[in-house]
Amino acid sequence: MNKIVYGLILGGVLGIFDGLTAYFTPAVRAALLGIVIGSTIKGLIAGALIGWFARKVNSLTLGIVFGLAVGLILAFAVAAMQPGPDHYYFQIMLPGGIVGLIVGYATQKYHGGVTETARG
Amino acid sequence: MRWLSDDAVTRLRHAGSEPELTGTPYRILDRLGRGGMGSVYLVEDARLNRRVAMKVLDAADRSGDLEARLLREARVLAQLEHPGIVPVHDAGTLADGRIFYTMKFVHGRRLDEIAREPSSLPERLRLFRKICEPVAFAHSRGVLHRDLKPENIMVGPFGEVLVMDWGIAKVFAGSAKSSPKDSGTFESAAAVTESAAKAPAHTAQGAVVGTPGYMAPEQARGEIAQLDQRADIFSLGAILKFLISGSTAATGTTSPPPRRLSAIVAKATAPTPGSRYASAQDLAADIAAYLDGLPVSAYPESLIDRTARLISRNRVAIVLVLAYLLVRVILILWHPR
Repeated sequence: MNKIVYGLILGGVLGIFDGLTAYFTPAVRAALLGIVIGSTIKGLIAGALIGWFARKVNSLTLGIVFGLAVGLILAFAVAAMQPGPDHYYFQIMLPGGIVGLIVGYATQKYHGGVTETARG
Repeated sequence: MRWLSDDAVTRLRHAGSEPELTGTPYRILDRLGRGGMGSVYLVEDARLNRRVAMKVLDAADRSGDLEARLLREARVLAQLEHPGIVPVHDAGTLADGRIFYTMKFVHGRRLDEIAREPSSLPERLRLFRKICEPVAFAHSRGVLHRDLKPENIMVGPFGEVLVMDWGIAKVFAGSAKSSPKDSGTFESAAAVTESAAKAPAHTAQGAVVGTPGYMAPEQARGEIAQLDQRADIFSLGAILKFLISGSTAATGTTSPPPRRLSAIVAKATAPTPGSRYASAQDLAADIAAYLDGLPVSAYPESLIDRTARLISRNRVAIVLVLAYLLVRVILILWHPR
């Protein structure tokens, strides 16, 4: 499995999970399906970008920083698109950033990351 | 009458024992050390304008045994072309009748010196893996080192490792086991065997050569005919133990080494050859697996061990996921949307 596919799957799965957590917020429970779809698309986009970066750059630190940045930027975009006066920047960007960070770490560390065996 | 000072006598003695290099392109610069067979000098090769190390017998050998052994060492080394084995440049007889050979002058420090300095356990294990490589290569060519110890391993300034002092190396029957995938293997193994066959047998059955503490039990018993690569694997295990204990001593930690690592040492230094690793590659592979947080062949894991290893291996990922979940719970409880 190449890193882009790995990033896509991981980003998608985490996106679904991230969206499903909206169930615990009664105020938005009615829009759960839309939130899950949106969150999954965000996760897929983030996963593809972070996976592409991991294929180009083999650095755990840079991968984490890139993942965090992508997660934050996409979460910011989602928050900015929220209708109404409240955009919930903090509530959306904080977990979004952590999800990007997780994908950034995972794409660098697993599936073809630097191991002792690879070092020869 | 004037008496010579002790210093002058010492210098005269040294001058008297120095090899006669007339007729060779070499010029002595320094004496690097002295071993059982002879001395090693730092010499300058005027032809190529470079410094090389020259190993030469201390005196002309009337019996011919030492001469044959030195030449055999040079021939064996010349067949072992590997970055981790010091290359031989030249061999011959000096004007004073002494046999010599020249080899690459190795810049670096001995492993026992390096081990005294503080360094992390993973760094030491990575270094150990590099030591296994030339040893495995020599085994594939049918050559046993028989005296592997920290004093015989040089570490260069860039972390390169050179296995030194092949003076008591032995060609073993296992050379025929060399990998058939490597087309050059059999040819090289045959060349080493041939060069060894031309020389008289240097180590008779019952003769003990090696270093206590690093020598395999069968080697210490003088069972020369039975020796195979597993004798060197015992020595590698002893070196690994030395590096691990050196790591704890240098860092001041008193905790015992991890059980999986202790199991690797125990398997490599098992009293019977059959219980040891079959090859140096297998030993190196277990070290690599240990460093990667993967299961090692020397340690059968229980469910608890496996869980602990997986948690240890993935602790950053686990911490990140837990952090995410914590953030989510806090946001749900405190900031309902």
